[in-house]
Amino acid sequence: MNFYDEMFGLNGARDVPLSHYTNYERWAKTYSTHAMEAKRAQADAAFRQVGITFAVYGDEAGTERLIPFDLIPRVIPAQEWAMLEKGLKQRVRALNLFIHDVYHGQRIVKAGVVPASQIYLNAQYRAQMQGVSVAGDNYCHIAGIDIVRAGEGEFYVLEDNLRVPSGVSYMLEDRKMMMRLFPDAFSALPISPIEHYPDMLLETLRSSAPAGVDAPSVVVLTPGMYNSAYFEHAFLAQQMGVELVEGKDLFVDDGLVFMRTTQGPQRVDVIYRRVDDDFLDPLVFRASSSLGVPGLMSVVRAGRVTVTNAVGTGIADDKSTYPFIPEVIKFYLGEEPILNNVPTYQCRKPDELSYVLANLATLVVKEVHGAGGYGMLVGPASSAKQIEDFRARVVAKPEGYIAQPTLALSTCPTYVDSGIAPRHIDLRPYVLCGKETQLVPGGLCRVALQEGSLVVNSSQGGGTKDTWVLTE
Amino acid sequence: MLSSTADHLFWMARYTERAENTARMLDIHLQSTLLAGGRSVSQREQAARAMLTISELEPAFLVSNSALSSEAVLRYMVSDTGNGSSIAGALFAARENARAVRGAITTELFETINVTWLELQARLADDAWEDDRAAFFAWVKHRAHLTRGVTSGTMPRDDAYRFVAIGTALERADNVARLLDVKFHEADVSQIQDWDAKGEYYHWAAILRSVSGFEIYRKTYRDTITPSRVAELLILRADMPRSLLAAMNALCNQLENVANKRSADTLRCAGLLRAELQFARIDDVLSRGLHAYLQAFLERVDEVGRRISNDFLVN
Repeated sequence: MNFYDEMFGLNGARDVPLSHYTNYERWAKTYSTHAMEAKRAQADAAFRQVGITFAVYGDEAGTERLIPFDLIPRVIPAQEWAMLEKGLKQRVRALNLFIHDVYHGQRIVKAGVVPASQIYLNAQYRAQMQGVSVAGDNYCHIAGIDIVRAGEGEFYVLEDNLRVPSGVSYMLEDRKMMMRLFPDAFSALPISPIEHYPDMLLETLRSSAPAGVDAPSVVVLTPGMYNSAYFEHAFLAQQMGVELVEGKDLFVDDGLVFMRTTQGPQRVDVIYRRVDDDFLDPLVFRASSSLGVPGLMSVVRAGRVTVTNAVGTGIADDKSTYPFIPEVIKFYLGEEPILNNVPTYQCRKPDELSYVLANLATLVVKEVHGAGGYGMLVGPASSAKQIEDFRARVVAKPEGYIAQPTLALSTCPTYVDSGIAPRHIDLRPYVLCGKETQLVPGGLCRVALQEGSLVVNSSQGGGTKDTWVLTE
Repeated sequence: MLSSTADHLFWMARYTERAENTARMLDIHLQSTLLAGGRSVSQREQAARAMLTISELEPAFLVSNSALSSEAVLRYMVSDTGNGSSIAGALFAARENARAVRGAITTELFETINVTWLELQARLADDAWEDDRAAFFAWVKHRAHLTRGVTSGTMPRDDAYRFVAIGTALERADNVARLLDVKFHEADVSQIQDWDAKGEYYHWAAILRSVSGFEIYRKTYRDTITPSRVAELLILRADMPRSLLAAMNALCNQLENVANKRSADTLRCAGLLRAELQFARIDDVLSRGLHAYLQAFLERVDEVGRRISNDFLVN
């Protein structure tokens, strides 16, 4: 299989970089291999000192691990980014309209574009949100859209993340690290800044407060310090200068949400929650949850607190909803989608199921509700036994799976034990929707460090890279 | 600020202070053991027991250790993370509390505490610290100095800073009182007939050094070392930074800054204790009996701690 390389193109000679990498290469050549080794060690020590670690579930030994950080950036030329940015804003605008419609009137169902069963039988549909007004009709304030490239100019949206997308702190810390290690690169090359993300996020959150609140009090709600993304929760709260709270710090009284402070109760207007729907309010969702706030949903329904992202956004980022998104964009915006979907087979449809079962060895099969790279089959990289095991799971519960052709994900030069080698990558830009829809030029670039691997998730041993969007 | 955040900051500071005081205590134990080369076995055992008595840890120690030896006690007080008063246990708890509120403290402060913890791992690995114990204790003290310095140099003077200061002051009042109680007891104060007579020089000098008070003593009194003046310096002198009065002064000042609707009684309790130290005379303290005096002081500090917890940290 041939892969498009971000630095060298398709089948390009390995010593002639594409034009947007020329300046990078000229600059990188000023560093010897030895100097680069030293920089790598320096980066490792610095990440440990800062305490940027993550917890891996089910991994006893590594309760705190570093996410591998790669020194070679992914460079995106200005015109490519302009197209991506336009496509991302379009997609998130449509997703927002879709979620609002799902919970108010279902025009799209009546028009026959999305079947009613897709909504009402979906585990991500939240009846508690039916008919509830949210501030600005805004549901996904923070969206993480996973994008991959197959060929030149050939981008696909792999997945929408509209519930509690994570990873943005790594995007920011990777940039900080690159600026610390290679300050000269940032004066020599036209790299777009991204450091204002927390500022943009705060603006987004403040502008999403319930109507009539002048100086909104914003908090970040975390499941606690043992959550794998705890560093990010604390980091964002600190960078925005708002309180980081756990469920037990909040309570509902007299139809409002308060936090317990040393000076008594203080009202809360906007909750940037990093806790899943199921755990938000034990009176409405999972009763055993100690991470949430009893009564929170009653305040949400009365419109007296904004929860971001809103409850019930999962209806739009669910993998079984994904195949409908191009139609969703056309339906609400009357525009052609700028960013493509990956062609997707829905195993709940008998004819598509039989195609999938006949071609397991060449497809990627994913659990509809899976995340983090768990519960998926990458056909070409799997043994016959793994494929047969997975076949049994799909046959037992076809509606729980979708399948896609194995994409020839682009590669980017990456430091590995044997030197520099191409490794597959993806990109997760973060789209913010407040009064306006905006994003910083860049995203989290994840890289699969295993040779040939197409799974970039950090929980599966993936690393990260800084992403340089060029301004010219 | 959030009550739970204040709680973590309070304990982060207490554990940081505790780690330092444990290092100070172990350091003087080590020094006096070196000096008393010819001591009997029972005297050595006595000295080892004293280290545990200070923190009321003898029963807990005996659960996991069979014999009371100087080496076993040292290890228990340095590297046993199950012991919250050991250096490793206290630094671990300080770092966990800091991690829980890393958004509420400055990045510099978190990194300082985090690096202390990371370096400690390296120093404890393969018992490397035993190669030069004095250097290890000096390192612990140095990291505590650094943590305080970064706190003072980077934290805004808001409630977060104040609860850190309150935790530090409360822990220091407690730890110094315990140290004095045990060390005066070791000198067998019941046998001291004349408190103003020149005491056993090395014993009192070691106590002074353990609280960085030797030079201050010289500067303040310009005279020979007597038990009475040592007690005065460490209990009643406001200008001695690790004295009980200095700790209570710091505590009361910060408490006034964070006062809320429920805290009036707590301020009264702490203020009364401070006033008694401020206007006491050392002769009166000694004639009442130092041990009884310090025990009463510890109980009242403990009460102030409980009240702070109720008023601010768990509402």
